Amino acid sequence: MTRLEFYGIDAIHLKERDEILPGRLIVIEGTDGVGRSTQLHLLRPWLESSGYAVVDTEMTRSELIGAGLKQAKEGHTLGPITLNLFYATDFVDRFESLILPALRAGFIVLTDRYIYSLMARAIVRGADPLWIRSIYGLALIPDAIFYLRISVDDLIPRVLQRGGFDHWESGMDMKMGGDLFDSFVNYQMRLLEQFDAMAGEYGFEVIDAVQPVERIVEQLKERMFPLLPQG
Amino acid sequence: METYGRHEYPGRLFIVEGVDGSGKSTQIALLRQWLISEGYTVFFSEWNSSPLVKKTTSRGKKKQLLTPTTFSLIHATDFADRTEHDIIPPLKAGAIVLADRYIYTAFARDVARNVDRQWVRELYQFAVKPTMAFYYRVPLEVSLSRILTGRSELKYYEAGMDLGLSNDPAESFKLFQQRIVNEYEAMVDEFDLTVMDATLPIPEQQRRMRKLIRPYLQSVRRIRTSAQDSAWAGLAREMRPSHADLQGRHRG
Repeated sequence: MTRLEFYGIDAIHLKERDEILPGRLIVIEGTDGVGRSTQLHLLRPWLESSGYAVVDTEMTRSELIGAGLKQAKEGHTLGPITLNLFYATDFVDRFESLILPALRAGFIVLTDRYIYSLMARAIVRGADPLWIRSIYGLALIPDAIFYLRISVDDLIPRVLQRGGFDHWESGMDMKMGGDLFDSFVNYQMRLLEQFDAMAGEYGFEVIDAVQPVERIVEQLKERMFPLLPQG
Repeated sequence: METYGRHEYPGRLFIVEGVDGSGKSTQIALLRQWLISEGYTVFFSEWNSSPLVKKTTSRGKKKQLLTPTTFSLIHATDFADRTEHDIIPPLKAGAIVLADRYIYTAFARDVARNVDRQWVRELYQFAVKPTMAFYYRVPLEVSLSRILTGRSELKYYEAGMDLGLSNDPAESFKLFQQRIVNEYEAMVDEFDLTVMDATLPIPEQQRRMRKLIRPYLQSVRRIRTSAQDSAWAGLAREMRPSHADLQGRHRG
């Protein structure tokens, strides 16, 4: 059962309604290109073959705002505060229309990133940390947060292999370096600093993302198993 | 990131608030005309008008995808875009910015929709604190009759139908508006809103508004000194020979 506990204000009033959430909320966090989606693709069939119903969700997939956010990112007028609030709207839409109903129905919710990536990105873009935390204070505290940790040096070859440096994943909207590569390094270093700072505070279970994919998935399964509803 | 009350810009920000039918839009339109005729550079920003966000909002409303929380967030996103484009840059440049509805609209409507009062205030922390915020106070019967007469249909969210207060749109609208009025009244002290009597004749309301604003205009830069100067400038422009005339003269 996912407990009705929040980081901040229960703005959606779940406590008032005495919600019962028999599902599990499991978060995979980590920076861009670290291999989160590869792991999720391996975990889902494992859970399903063990008889658990699974819902997965990732950023910018909300029905309400996904398309609008994509369009806004293609233009050149999107400011940092607006960008943060677009992402917050996307998150809350998925939270209310997908994550909560699935938890009520007893699903295992696997989420590719949660509020931590969103807060890290916002803070690196100059947002007031208190402001961004208060917005995401309405989020449920997950049953587990697995953080795939990597250094920028180890990240670079993976990102190159995957097709190179992306504009947003390099923080080019803020021009954090003279070129794409420099900006990528600076931006990712600052993101990782934020993640590391959050790891202790939010109780991340840290997993070394440099290991082979199979080793990582084994560790995730081992740590996830005791969290699952038994019987 | 600058937060509410911490911004310091050479420009001025005047905003109007009030329920639908309070006449606030009429008042700010008249104020705008006057400021322009006085030679000030005026920027105008309207609630829910960001070109980046508008389409998503209207889609969400049409398809009824919005919960009170996402309704609140999407309007905050719209407001953020206007803050970053239409409000902060002109204020930095020393202009006068006028806004028809501001964060207090969100506080009133969202809380009327049961969004947490404190959460929504924190959401708007990035907003610039207005130089003056006018609240057009009007008895509910007056604003309701202004809105409901001659209107065939109230929209779903506009009538607060998402709250399930009543199945009748007009009845739901009344109950929703009453909640909004209660929130506005509670904000008068909290945010130091300047209360205006919206039952007075329009010219009288406007006269009072201009009188209240005048002291804040003293050090604001003007492009012209007054309407008279600009009339003279316009006349002078008309009398000046045009480019074509000059070319014709050269040829001749």
